[in-house]
Amino acid sequence: MKEISKSKYKNYVADRSKYPLLKDGKPEFDLNSHMFTKIWQGPQHPGVTGNMSLELVINGDEVIDCKTHVGYLHRAFEKLMERRKFMQCFPIVCRICVPEPDTNEYCFSAGIEELAGIDIPEKAKWIRTLNLEMSRVASFLMWIGGQAGSLGMGIIGQWTVTMRDFWLDLFEEMSGGRIYHMYMIPGGVRKDLPEGFELRVKKVIKQTRELLVDIEKSFLNNAITKSRLQGLGFIPPEMVEEYGIVGPTARASGKPFDVRQNNPYLVYDQLVMKMITSDVGDAYARTLVRFAETILSIDLIEQIMHKMPKTGKIQAKIPNVLNWKIPAGQTYIKAESTRGEHGFYIITDGSKYPRRIFVRGASYTHAISVLEKLAVNISISDTAALMVSLHTCPPEIER
Amino acid sequence: MSLKDVLSPFKVWERAARKPWTVKNPIDERKGSANYRGFHKNDLEKCIGCGTCEDICQNLAIDLVPVENVETNMGDSGLRPMIDYGRCCWCALCVDVCPTGSLNMSNEYNWIEEEAEGFRFIPGADKKSWDDSDKGYHQSDDIQLIDPARIVMEELEAEERKSTFVEMVKGYSKEKALLEAERCLECGICVARCPAHMDIPEYIKAIREDDIELAVKILYETNPFSASCGRICTHSCEEVCALAHNGEPIAIRWLKRYIMDQVTPDQIKEIITNNIQVNNKKIAIIGAGPGGLSAAYYLRLLGYEISVYESKTKGGGMLRYGIPEYRLPYDQLDKDIDYIASLGVQINYGKEIGKDLSFDELYGNFDAIYFSIGLEKPTSLRCVGEDLDSVVAGVDFLRDITDGKRPDIGNDVVVIGGGNVAMDVARTSIRLGANVTVLYRRRIEDMPADLEEITEAQEENVIFNPQSLQTKIEKAKSGRLLLQWNNMKMVEDPEGDRPKPIPIEGDLESKEFDTIFSAIGQKADLSFISEKYEEKMKFKWGKAVTNQFGQTDIPKVFAGGDVKNWTADAVSAIADGHSAAKGIDEFLQKR
Repeated sequence: MKEISKSKYKNYVADRSKYPLLKDGKPEFDLNSHMFTKIWQGPQHPGVTGNMSLELVINGDEVIDCKTHVGYLHRAFEKLMERRKFMQCFPIVCRICVPEPDTNEYCFSAGIEELAGIDIPEKAKWIRTLNLEMSRVASFLMWIGGQAGSLGMGIIGQWTVTMRDFWLDLFEEMSGGRIYHMYMIPGGVRKDLPEGFELRVKKVIKQTRELLVDIEKSFLNNAITKSRLQGLGFIPPEMVEEYGIVGPTARASGKPFDVRQNNPYLVYDQLVMKMITSDVGDAYARTLVRFAETILSIDLIEQIMHKMPKTGKIQAKIPNVLNWKIPAGQTYIKAESTRGEHGFYIITDGSKYPRRIFVRGASYTHAISVLEKLAVNISISDTAALMVSLHTCPPEIER
Repeated sequence: MSLKDVLSPFKVWERAARKPWTVKNPIDERKGSANYRGFHKNDLEKCIGCGTCEDICQNLAIDLVPVENVETNMGDSGLRPMIDYGRCCWCALCVDVCPTGSLNMSNEYNWIEEEAEGFRFIPGADKKSWDDSDKGYHQSDDIQLIDPARIVMEELEAEERKSTFVEMVKGYSKEKALLEAERCLECGICVARCPAHMDIPEYIKAIREDDIELAVKILYETNPFSASCGRICTHSCEEVCALAHNGEPIAIRWLKRYIMDQVTPDQIKEIITNNIQVNNKKIAIIGAGPGGLSAAYYLRLLGYEISVYESKTKGGGMLRYGIPEYRLPYDQLDKDIDYIASLGVQINYGKEIGKDLSFDELYGNFDAIYFSIGLEKPTSLRCVGEDLDSVVAGVDFLRDITDGKRPDIGNDVVVIGGGNVAMDVARTSIRLGANVTVLYRRRIEDMPADLEEITEAQEENVIFNPQSLQTKIEKAKSGRLLLQWNNMKMVEDPEGDRPKPIPIEGDLESKEFDTIFSAIGQKADLSFISEKYEEKMKFKWGKAVTNQFGQTDIPKVFAGGDVKNWTADAVSAIADGHSAAKGIDEFLQKR
């Protein structure tokens, strides 16, 4: 997986020459003509990532129109936080993304720290970076399973989800929780790394690397994968800015932007990392970019383990959390999640409670406008693969 | 796509022959990690039921409930957290904020129950298999979500204060007071402990919100002597503060002082406006100390006509005549008294009952009598020579100092006793330039004086001579006094009480002093009560026996303060005054 290959589909343009005709930018079709069928993919469908649904209009097996429906898991996180003291919010933010809660925890904590004027200790920064990279690996492993599963290769998913469980074991040791770690809090992190943690991380890294080699052989260099994913969901570079596409999806379309490198936070400026891009822009290119980024994250974990200070404080002094007031202000904190730039816009008004917390996840565009556009003219059997190739995560849309 | 891509997936065939990762019996084979946030456990002995866990729980999963075999006492609400696992999200914030460290989590995560109700349980009280597990998420010292360190109070340095009667504690600035007020957990355990049941969390909250007017109003609801109490209160509230278990308690007393320091006497009158509906019932109060004047204040608010009789020329009682100026400046005391007097309470200074006016007269002329007199009669040293000149009662000396006299005490003085009066006498003598020794029959840690008074006295170079019992005082040839004492040893009490001092036979020491102060205790002088009434009232060990409202066996006569309670401090006297006011009002309303 050294180099990301170019594809002959580089100049692919979606063919809309058949039907229906577009009127005011919207397809025009008559369901009574018996030429079109409307079906729902999701919310209960193994091919849908999380709880959302796609309203598809098909002609034969070809998708004519796609509409994303959300609202199945709205839990009003943003509103809930307005009634909670600052420290009471961290158990909520992690729930905004199940596979990768830590980016939320980081953004929230960093935002609160900035508004309260707190500098966190050096070691806490390293531990946070480690935590974020570990969560990237865990999230990517789950995504590989999803991408392979969408092509009918369920066994790959079983391997990667098993491997993810070993990473969750590490999280459990580190933070006390497997899925919702609730580990980063405003001021630092909650516990120091347990003894012998480094050795166990190395063991899991070794297992993961072995598995990734096998996955490359069985999944990436696979005739079925290539025939299904190459050319699917092509995103031309000019669409990236227009649609606000970020993260690996944008990088696979030749836009070299990564928050970790372009706006380094925590200790990313002290780590050596390469920008992974591709100029192809189809689902296969995105698969390759994400796969390479999984390996990059493992490399970063090794670097962090090597460079991290062994001793030091993990928590800055914060006031009594029951009476913690933060001066009025506002800030936007962003971090790179596996899906791209993840941002928290926080407004405080000098009281004990946040005035407004707004969460911006990459899926907000990826799963709605981008997916709706890309799904047109593809085979209905490819919609799941397309959706996973955008790494959509519905809870990011519904905060 | 090529033939290679068709063949490549088969390269991983080996995986088909691998041992599966799954475990056969996860419940036994897959334990939670050492740091796992599993089910809660609570050490009921350590828990004080402060409810901080309940406050921080963002899911409202925790309720504090009464528990069998847990008694409510000073410093323990008697309640324990009950956790509803239908709500809990296992964030462990309750563990991190627990001020005593009693609430923790085990690494257990399997629990099967027939009834859903069963998942609401009281950790520690409802016995569970994980109660004794030492694994699981525990509070660590690495992070602090509550602030255990008190904001340091600025004081005069020991060297500086040795030569002056200027107040040694400087008080909090606004900035510091706000920071200190921020530490409060609002558990309210202090309220139960305070003899006057002052609403401490509320006035601390008012400080945090910078609402001094509200704070003053809250103070006056239960204590009209807040400027004084903010300086010299025995602050038993701080002993039970939830934060004191793993850190330093909130400086409740200094915060009260901060509030009163922010307002002038005129401002107090503006803030506390009272609409007094005067009735025509008259009440006599004997003693213008904190007890008497508190009763006067609360009775006056109820509309009674109050006449206070005070034998001395100024009010404040033992606050003025027992406590030196460097601890309680007189202007602060005047601030409290002036406000009470401004409500129309008539204070007759220099009127001693039994001399200028008889008790019988009061009994005849008033609807009720409340007496709250200080303990001014020194206890005997019980040794030869105690009636020699230059053997002075500590309380008499302190009274002289208040009256502006500076008696000649010589260079070497000794104070016999270990209470607060002894400390005040010793430290006052230091300020008069003497070398001071304190003689006490038990160990320093047994001294009834406040710890801070003892340490401050030590800083001021008072020499402590503990485990010494005075045996003889005689005139030395030099004209000074020769004090002889017997060294003591501490013997464990077979009944488990504190160790008892026993004289070591023949181990005698003596030294010459210019002045010897006796400060081993004081009693009330009850001679003002005429015999016919004294017979009807009950006294035990010199203290008046009353009901909870201070009513003696003579229905019209109420008593409180040092002459009634055993704590004999200002705030208890104030509390007595307040409850007597309620008692008198109820008594007179019924009649």
